[in-house]
Amino acid sequence: MKVSKKILALSLAACMTVPFLAGCNSSSSNEGTSEGADGAGASAASGDFTGTLVIGGIGPVTGGAAVYGNAVKNGIQLAVDEINAAGGVNGIKLEFNFQDDEHNEEKAVNAYNTLKDKDMKLLIGTVTSNPCIAVAAETAKDNMFQLTPSGSAVDCVANDNAFRICFNDPNQGIASAQYIAQNNVASKVAVIYDSSDVYSTGIYEKFVAEASVQNLEVVAAEAFTSDSKTDFSVQIQKVQESGADLLFLPIYYQEAALILQQADKAGLSVKYFGCDGLDGLIDQLGADVGLAEGVMLLTPFAADAKDDKTVAFTTAYKAAYNGEVPIQFAADGYDAVYAVKAAMEKAGITDASISASDLCDALKAAMTEITVEGVTGNITWTADGEPTKDPKAMEIVITENEDGTKTGTYAAL
Amino acid sequence: MMSFISYLVNGISLGSIYALIALGYTMVYGIAKMLNFAHGDIIMVGGFTIFTAMSTAWCPVWMSVIIGIVVCTVLGVLVEKVAYKPLRSAPPLAVLITAIGVSYLLQNVALLIFGSASQSFTSIVKNIAPVTIGGVTISMETVISIVVSVIIMICLTLFINKTKAGKAMLAVSEDKGAAQLMGINVNATISLTFAIGSALAGVASALLCSSYPQISPYTGSMPGIKAFVAAVFGGIGSIPGAMIGGILLGVIENLSKAYISSQLSDAIVFLVLIVVLIVKPTGIMGKKINEKV
Repeated sequence: MKVSKKILALSLAACMTVPFLAGCNSSSSNEGTSEGADGAGASAASGDFTGTLVIGGIGPVTGGAAVYGNAVKNGIQLAVDEINAAGGVNGIKLEFNFQDDEHNEEKAVNAYNTLKDKDMKLLIGTVTSNPCIAVAAETAKDNMFQLTPSGSAVDCVANDNAFRICFNDPNQGIASAQYIAQNNVASKVAVIYDSSDVYSTGIYEKFVAEASVQNLEVVAAEAFTSDSKTDFSVQIQKVQESGADLLFLPIYYQEAALILQQADKAGLSVKYFGCDGLDGLIDQLGADVGLAEGVMLLTPFAADAKDDKTVAFTTAYKAAYNGEVPIQFAADGYDAVYAVKAAMEKAGITDASISASDLCDALKAAMTEITVEGVTGNITWTADGEPTKDPKAMEIVITENEDGTKTGTYAAL
Repeated sequence: MMSFISYLVNGISLGSIYALIALGYTMVYGIAKMLNFAHGDIIMVGGFTIFTAMSTAWCPVWMSVIIGIVVCTVLGVLVEKVAYKPLRSAPPLAVLITAIGVSYLLQNVALLIFGSASQSFTSIVKNIAPVTIGGVTISMETVISIVVSVIIMICLTLFINKTKAGKAMLAVSEDKGAAQLMGINVNATISLTFAIGSALAGVASALLCSSYPQISPYTGSMPGIKAFVAAVFGGIGSIPGAMIGGILLGVIENLSKAYISSQLSDAIVFLVLIVVLIVKPTGIMGKKINEKV
């Protein structure tokens, strides 16, 4: 017993010193010698990489928001594999470690601590807004570089170490109101939003503010909460009575599908307009997909767009994940990795053993100088962490198959 | 006026589903004196069973619903045998926590099998056109929910008051020990209670998933809680009480959404609940029980 304890203690001590040795070695000489001592001996031996840098990822891969987490995870993994196959970033191999947070703040912070134990150098995450805000407080404390693919609430990037790929909520609201007004889609608008959700209320508030600037009349604004999100009969009836000709849905696709189904039963005939949360609506409606005909949404990515970048990404994604069609979140995750790559190249990071804090300082400065030609558009960043790119409007088009079933696709407007 | 009637009908429709679920809650509480918090999740299992059965080509809708009800019944009895029976003499708190445990177990098993994304459910009365009475359109799901809950309420009341097994249930609910002394098989009676309660969950699952055509592992949890509130509202243990509580809850919820604020509807519903319980602690139809020392 005593002997085994000693062995354990010794081996633990050995484990702890190895990273230090690796650190010393690579800081004293940036060449080959650091490879051997680096923890990931096997990979270093097989490739020509100068070291391995761990990128952490956090998001829900189980629970109600799992579809987003899985998409982001797959998108990131695809990009990491591509970059490694092409020789890494400045010779550094990227290693991706993803942890589940079940769209829960506490679990997200736990996942972040787990990743720090696994020697994470920067974080691509988290996927959903509320957990992202919780983790952002931790990354700011640690000075850990954070790039969220899809955390769209304003506070996700409140700290200067945090950036994002997607639009923030207010921007989506403003862009939606502008699009509707400038293209004369409608003049009387009703809104149904989730008052218990920061994403939904964020878009709603800015939409209403911008609508008055654009001379759009908001004739009804009805809310629901996460505790009562199955029955929308009252909200739909009020929209009907308000005489709106367009219903704006700044919500997620599950509720939107229920609203479309119940509105159809109630005989409501209006145009529908939504934001990126509606991505996934086509699959959700199943046999009722015909109801989605003409639904417009503002989203920076649509899998069936015909530009070269999207086609290449969609093909690679389908090949890697059993023919699954990527949603916008997958594209966000994919672009996030290329943004990190561009920033690392700009900052001239060649040493994988750099401390997370030093890396953060270097990347922070580099982020505002790069332009990423991603699948979600050409993105540049401002120092406050917000991306600048053009929103694209999509419309759902329904085609009837030979056997009478219907298929929905996105078409750019 | 037209719109008021429409709000009212929609409220009754929502409420009749709460009522149907509340009947299961109140039945089990009334007889076994335990809160079966897994009730909502048994509904979810029923929903997934019907969903799976309907997606196989050979299974007609009516048969899928029957399979769903049978699976729920078997599951309910099984849960009772495995999780609750060994705790028959344990303090009520232990049983309550076990019930919460069963609830999470069912949710997570469903998560493993079906994944977390909600799937679209095809209504069991998809091809029947809605009814229009005097300008108010009532969907078939609403009509069926109301009719089915009323029929079930009447049948249950008759069953409990007129049949031997029902009278045995009443006896068990009043005094387990004395009932046993009178030659009533307490365990069999409680199993029967769970079987009936879970069969009601099966019926509720078909109607819930048809009215709100989506199914996910979390489908049962929120309606389950609302129905529990409805059961307490109406007087837990009372069968007509569950019915009245459910319908009132649905109507109050919808009318407060329509005329006060769609954001505040839940707050108003629970405020009404608190007021009712302060005025009448046993609920609307609850019997006043005099504890004898």
